[in-house]
Amino acid sequence: MEVCGSSNPTLREFGSEQNLLSRPDGSSSFVQGDTSVLAGVYGPAEVKVSKEIYDRATLEVVIQTKVGLPSVKERAREQCVRETCEAALLSTLNPRSSLTLILQVVHDDGSLLACFLNAACMALMDAGLPMSCLFAGVTCAIDGDGRIIIDPSAVQEKESRALMTFAIDSKERRVMMSSTKGSFTVHELHQCVAISQKASDNIFEFYRESVRRRYSKSV
Amino acid sequence: MPESITDSKPEKVVCGPGLRGILRHKQPNLYWIDSQQRRYVPSKGENVIGVVTAKSGDIFKVDIGGSEQASLSYLAFEGATKRNRPNVQVGDLVYSQLIVANKDMEPELVCIDSCGRANGLGVFGADGLLFKVSLGLVRRLLAPQSEIAKDLEKMFPFEMVVGMNGRVWVKAKTIQQTLIVANLLESCENMTAQQRQTLFRRVADGSI
Repeated sequence: MEVCGSSNPTLREFGSEQNLLSRPDGSSSFVQGDTSVLAGVYGPAEVKVSKEIYDRATLEVVIQTKVGLPSVKERAREQCVRETCEAALLSTLNPRSSLTLILQVVHDDGSLLACFLNAACMALMDAGLPMSCLFAGVTCAIDGDGRIIIDPSAVQEKESRALMTFAIDSKERRVMMSSTKGSFTVHELHQCVAISQKASDNIFEFYRESVRRRYSKSV
Repeated sequence: MPESITDSKPEKVVCGPGLRGILRHKQPNLYWIDSQQRRYVPSKGENVIGVVTAKSGDIFKVDIGGSEQASLSYLAFEGATKRNRPNVQVGDLVYSQLIVANKDMEPELVCIDSCGRANGLGVFGADGLLFKVSLGLVRRLLAPQSEIAKDLEKMFPFEMVVGMNGRVWVKAKTIQQTLIVANLLESCENMTAQQRQTLFRRVADGSI
């Protein structure tokens, strides 16, 4: 939302709820501004022989659109999310099993891929799957005047010259995945990475707070 | 922290990987992390409730809620011999212990202890109700001196079987009472002790 020239990047208002579905092993909803995603995780469950990997779990990510059938765009996003989750999950601890992550778009108002990543991380946490680190998704847009907008809305995305989404890990704030569109300079890319890393701190702080709140009752 | 630890050289302790939850401590120096999962990952020595899904030759296939079906030999029942097979049908519930549980191998169950006695294990549950709760709640129920179990017992007599795989079977005198117990247990998941006791008191009074 915020136009960044300043040192302190702010995201749109975000929130989440965990464990809201009864059937999946882990579930979460993640809301960023008007963008909203619902995630469900199943697993470690039985795996089809054709998909079985002998030394680690098979992760499948499915994105369900609001209307219509999933297209190439969804497939590309599925791959982004899957590869990020695979990097974070310690899938060798559950070999020959399947993990299925379903992401349902509730409303798309920009920064959807970042919202997918955040919802996925919350759902994986809820399922209690072993992970080497957490991850957060942050989207940056560069508008016509070269200003960097963090967590853009759909309108801001449309007007932007370049759009980048990064997955940042919680341990060293490194970039785990990046997905970019449009043209930008190397300097702009570095700037966006730095801003995203800074913005991810808010999300990680939020993760910590929500886990604390969740477990506060069973102490 | 006990002195025995502080006296010794400080060592680097690696915790994890991938742990989130409440760090719990028990004297003298046992630490563990409590979490609220729903999917069971078999671990050796735990007692679980399984559902027999298939009979093939000399083993039964049992669904214990893990990523793979467990196998249960027909000889692993009390008094079973090659000529005297146990009477187990597909769909039966078995309370059994995991003797092989390993991420690379199929889990294996037995319904006898090391002396060959059933010791509470075996086929059970002619009627009653089986339902699933989170693994965190099961651990709380099975903890010695469990407050939840104590509070429930005060209301009316009932039978309960709790498997470490998140399955709970209950049977009370009437179906209504069975359902009350089941619903109360399911609602315990996200309640503080005080909220739980108020709810139980209201149910016991008959106001709900």
